[in-house]
Amino acid sequence: MKNEWPLWEIFIRGQHGMSHRHVGSLHAPDAAMAIKNARDVYTRRNEGVSIWVVEAQHISATAPGDKGPLFEPSESKIYRHPTFFDIPEEVGSM
Amino acid sequence: MSVDKQQLLQFLLRQGDNTLVLGHRVSEWCGHSPILEEDIALANTALDLIGQTQMWLGYAAEVQGEGKSADDLAFLRDAWDFRNVLLVEMPNGDFGQTLLRQFLFDAFQSVLMGRLMKSSDEQVAAIAAKASKEITYHVERSADTVVGLGDGTEESHNRMQAALEYLWPYVGEMFESDETDAAMAAAGIAPDPASLREEYEALIGKVFAEATLSVPESRYNHKGGRTGYMHTEHLGHLLTSMQWLQRAYPGCEW
Amino acid sequence: MYAQMIKTASAGVKSREEMTDQEREFQDKIDNDIKIEPRDWMPDDYRRTLIRQIGQHAHSEVVGQLPEGNWITRAPTLERKAILLAKVQDEAGHGLYLYSAAETLGESRDELVKLLHEGRMKYSSIFNYPTLNWADIGAVGWLVDGAAIVNQVALQRTSYGPYSRAMIRICKEESFHARQGYHAIMKMAFGTPEQKRQAQSAVDRLWFPAIMMFGPTDADSTNSDQSMAWKIKVKSNDELRQQFVDQTVPQIEYLGLDLPDPNIKWNEERGHYDFSDPDWSEFFNVIKGNGPCNVDRMKDRVAAWDDGQWVRDGLLAHAQKKAAAKVAAE
Repeated sequence: MKNEWPLWEIFIRGQHGMSHRHVGSLHAPDAAMAIKNARDVYTRRNEGVSIWVVEAQHISATAPGDKGPLFEPSESKIYRHPTFFDIPEEVGSM
Repeated sequence: MSVDKQQLLQFLLRQGDNTLVLGHRVSEWCGHSPILEEDIALANTALDLIGQTQMWLGYAAEVQGEGKSADDLAFLRDAWDFRNVLLVEMPNGDFGQTLLRQFLFDAFQSVLMGRLMKSSDEQVAAIAAKASKEITYHVERSADTVVGLGDGTEESHNRMQAALEYLWPYVGEMFESDETDAAMAAAGIAPDPASLREEYEALIGKVFAEATLSVPESRYNHKGGRTGYMHTEHLGHLLTSMQWLQRAYPGCEW
Repeated sequence: MYAQMIKTASAGVKSREEMTDQEREFQDKIDNDIKIEPRDWMPDDYRRTLIRQIGQHAHSEVVGQLPEGNWITRAPTLERKAILLAKVQDEAGHGLYLYSAAETLGESRDELVKLLHEGRMKYSSIFNYPTLNWADIGAVGWLVDGAAIVNQVALQRTSYGPYSRAMIRICKEESFHARQGYHAIMKMAFGTPEQKRQAQSAVDRLWFPAIMMFGPTDADSTNSDQSMAWKIKVKSNDELRQQFVDQTVPQIEYLGLDLPDPNIKWNEERGHYDFSDPDWSEFFNVIKGNGPCNVDRMKDRVAAWDDGQWVRDGLLAHAQKKAAAKVAAE
């Protein structure tokens, strides 16, 4: 419908959260109102200390079908993980 | 400086009755707003106002010293004992009128709370400190909505202008001063309301200009709410619903 | 439940051999509890059924604001008023989360609202019953939200990711609803004789409508098989209803109220309570629009939407003007 308020995706960083997490979406006429609406809709139970809003149409995402080529190649790079290496205990923490 | 308890009580009832009656009005919207986001936002505003009521009337009951509670004051007084300004008991009208009334009141509260936070009465200062955070958000939100609707479509503009003309005669009462206010000012508990008008006018003037709304020229204002001398007919109906259960089934626990 | 009698868009459950490769891959994901996400391939019927179910669920939350909203201005204390208002506000929030989930399937909220207002989509039968006394508010929170929780806890495992996540968020909030309701009706049941009378009346009137919320008996439940195979529906109507009855009967007894159905009896052999079937002709009547409040509920919702049109248009027009001015300035 032509007069529908745009859809916004809402990201909130919680009290003890390290980063903003997607919590849901809502409608608002513009970004400023989207932030206010997000405050009213998504932080009613003291869930947040910071809000990001992004208009849904501006989000680009990976295609589900690309999951294999995009993400599977890293599975075999096990040497990137610290546990790959056995370091003798005498060396101390590392 | 000590203050007359009766005067302090009057002052506290004025604060508590304002938020009680307006909170009630705003809560009438729940489930009927133009869009879910606004429904949720209005409920938050009403919840804040109810919370403020509990603090103001709770303190009022304490000062009164008759063993009553905030609920007793809210649910068991008749209209003439209410001390709210007429503005807050005015009917909701359309969404625009509700938001305009909200803005006119929020703007007043935001100026007032700034002063009350420095009150010589610690409890008043503490309540104001808590309430002022809520009010800062309220006035931002209601101002944005007034601007958005005033400077929206032709229809929304016309409706907002009509709402402003309807409500404008109820603005002045917030700045009336009487002996209670004089006593509060003398004791450093609260400012003389008349002294807040300039700051208030500046605040609303800016918002109405942005909203492309013209502030009516008339300075005539209705009064009688904050003294209890003459409320509007609307208050009685509001209290009829609000107090029904407590009146019909006295002395129950709920 | 909040989504009752959802007609599954399907010609029946296909066997693996009848499925295309895409369909088989899709079904495998579901069988392995891998969530389906908005951009994943899905059968059209799955998408259609979900839109219907999530949409109906969302409509129920929003229409469900009305019977309880009916008492906000008459709540007996400041605290009860705040609790009830917060509770009804949550329902608006739940509606919002669910519409958002439906929107990920390509159906806009405004479009869904339009379908509801034109009578082409439904909402739960329960909200077509009136709230007549203050104890009803307790009973709605406790029984109606209680019944909803039974269903929604199961639906947290539903196959569609956004729906499942909405359910998880909603369930967290619902337990406040049921508890505040029970707390309110406890005060009534343990109060004066007049209060107790209200509590009894509330339970008597709302019991059967509450157990109808789970929908018709499994024997009469159309098209459930496909919905179960797709994990859009996770447990059968009768299973959920039994679970609700089993958890609720002792709660009624604790209140010292009479049971609303003389046939409620513990069945040692089954390990469950027996109970009477509700009057299903009443249920189908309510679904058809003949409940005590159907007409008024829709009238209220349509009025709120129509009266709000100028507000939505006005705020959007202002936002567009501001955006245009910003572009012009750049």
